[in-house]
Amino acid sequence: MKVIVGQGSCGIAAGAQKVYNAIEDKISAFSGVTLGVTGCIGMCYLEPIVDLYEGEELFARFVRVKAEDAERILNAAQAMCLDDVADLLIEDEDKAFLSQQTRIALRNCGIIDPTSIEAYIAAGGYEAIKKVLSGMTQEDVIEVIKVSGLAGRGGAGFPTWFKWNAAKESKGDEKYLICNADEGDPGAFMDRAVIESDPHTLIEGMLIGAYTIGAKEAVVYVRAEYPLAIKRLQNAIDEAKAKNLLGKNILGTDFSCEMRIKAGAGAFVCGEETALIESLEGERGMPRLKPPFPAQCGYWQKPSNINNVETFANVAWIINNGGEAFAAMGTENSKGTKVFALTGKIKKGGLVEIPMGKTLRDVIYGIGGGIKNDAEFKAVQMGGPSGGCIPKELLDTVIDYKALGATGAIMGSGGMVVMDSSTCMPAMAKFFLDFTAKESCGKCVPCRIGTKRMLEILTRICNGEGKEGDIELLEELCLAIKDGALCGLGQTAPNPVLTTIRYFRNEYEAHINQKKCPAKECSNLITYEINSDKCKGCTLCAKKCPASAISGELKKAHVIDQSACIKCGQCVTLCKFGAISTN
Amino acid sequence: MCCNHCKSDLTLIEGVLKEYADQKGSLITILQKTQDIYGYLPIDVIYHIAERTGSTPARVLGVATFYAQFRLQPIGKYLIMLCQGTACHVNGSERIEAAIKQELGIEDGETTADGLFTLKNVACLGCCSLSPVMMINDETYGSLTPDKAIGILNELRAKAEESK
Repeated sequence: MKVIVGQGSCGIAAGAQKVYNAIEDKISAFSGVTLGVTGCIGMCYLEPIVDLYEGEELFARFVRVKAEDAERILNAAQAMCLDDVADLLIEDEDKAFLSQQTRIALRNCGIIDPTSIEAYIAAGGYEAIKKVLSGMTQEDVIEVIKVSGLAGRGGAGFPTWFKWNAAKESKGDEKYLICNADEGDPGAFMDRAVIESDPHTLIEGMLIGAYTIGAKEAVVYVRAEYPLAIKRLQNAIDEAKAKNLLGKNILGTDFSCEMRIKAGAGAFVCGEETALIESLEGERGMPRLKPPFPAQCGYWQKPSNINNVETFANVAWIINNGGEAFAAMGTENSKGTKVFALTGKIKKGGLVEIPMGKTLRDVIYGIGGGIKNDAEFKAVQMGGPSGGCIPKELLDTVIDYKALGATGAIMGSGGMVVMDSSTCMPAMAKFFLDFTAKESCGKCVPCRIGTKRMLEILTRICNGEGKEGDIELLEELCLAIKDGALCGLGQTAPNPVLTTIRYFRNEYEAHINQKKCPAKECSNLITYEINSDKCKGCTLCAKKCPASAISGELKKAHVIDQSACIKCGQCVTLCKFGAISTN
Repeated sequence: MCCNHCKSDLTLIEGVLKEYADQKGSLITILQKTQDIYGYLPIDVIYHIAERTGSTPARVLGVATFYAQFRLQPIGKYLIMLCQGTACHVNGSERIEAAIKQELGIEDGETTADGLFTLKNVACLGCCSLSPVMMINDETYGSLTPDKAIGILNELRAKAEESK
């Protein structure tokens, strides 16, 4: 029996490493039990997760495991009896989180050992590159990708075959294939999961891309905040080299390709492809004017092709199964599957891969189990700082590029942040503008100054200092920035503001006209008060208040000193008697 | 040399410079390795890198200040990276921030007078399902409340006291 501990970054953050260590410590006392790791299973809300495998068959899955459960699990594995660990077993309802998905990009995630090339090969890995090198021309590959309808999964949704073809057609012997793994959208982590859990899928997809465009060098630009992804990818590159799947004359053919990792240094704008190229060259990551496009003149002024991690993760599957099989999933304008990172006020958060064409409701209620604490759904934010908020009236919107675009949001890289009635929409817009204003590279005026001015207006609205005409001013600025900004970061920065105004204008008006925050989130517009009838004088809130703003004697009603209160809300969470109200 | 005040031991990065100084496009890599060595980028080291790579201090400093990863000041013993990603925002990271600032008496980017804690707001740590999250020296703490966050700081403070 094999004990497998899921070790993605979020699993480790939830304690998976401690669980692994505890099992490792004790395992020598058990016979017939081995220990291994896998990557991210995608059920983040149940981490740490431990699986028992009998051969290739999943025998049992344990969730929310703690280090002290190690011995019980080992006992169960040795005896092949689950009676003693029944409390740790995954519930049927949670199994549905995975069974409702269709996994292509994530097909091996949480199943195979990401640190072993043998595990990838045993799962059918590197068959696609063998197929390509043993008789497919560059045009053949492009045709298959064209038939599949695969589009860039990083956000723009540009047809992959078209980019590959443009780079292939460009003149020159020296070409580069680049993978954009600078996953900067706050709230999206699917690229990290793929690299951490199945790095060879990325390598294989990139090899096929490199062969197709005629590149001899491939670079993966990884976010520096992803140390585990970098470590596992480096290990995978070394393994592939040792097996002649990278390097000179791959698999005995004329095709040669080297691959290396470049760690980014933290700049959201580097997700834009020309800014990424600048950063690769060791410069400030500021976008270039287009045209010329990277396909003609990119890295070191040579023809270059850039795709996102998830795009590459689909390639090997498409080659193995045919373009038609991929295109059979999805809608008229969006083919295949898409991975989403489901987070926020959701019961079951994690990674979800579904065929295009499902609805937002299918994902949020069907797979995600609805809103935390059964609160009321308010909106879902899609596409990160470049995207928008979609309100509950549009929950039945179909997930494809066109339908999502029509709502004012975008598909984006797949961040799906769910919000309930406690989220203030102008504050949400302010949050994103704060982000884009900080991350604006400063090259073009509309973005550099425009986002700053928008942030100022949103800040005053949230502080209760908004003026008549602020909404119209915001709208005017939004359109100017959309039209005038140089790159995608600036052009899409107004989206969170435009969509929140479009769907939640009443909240903006309440902030400006009545100086009220309907969601009771904006700290300048709320006060906390203790209801003296309900307060039992337990002193808990006074003891725990980080600002020492609460006073009162034991068993007597307490009072909050409003001038000292920092509005952290700690007292509301702590009070067992519901005596503290937010006004 | 930039001034007479800073006296970093420049020999520490000799190996890094030997390997990368002549490789085009490697400035970010040099700065990353330099920061690993000194814990930050001392200004005299920046001048030294400029000289050795045949560049100007303005260009090196331009790159160093463009990216969030680089810092020009030393940090405290514990670097608190407080996640301000979307999921953490929705789950109340601002309240955690208010409580930490109040407890430590510092603002974002500052270090406490005793050199123990540095607070840094970061974009997204990618542990969205545990939000709100903070990371202190490679250890991740999830599902925070203001109370829990302050408890963690107190534990670390006690640990630092003990080891004195």
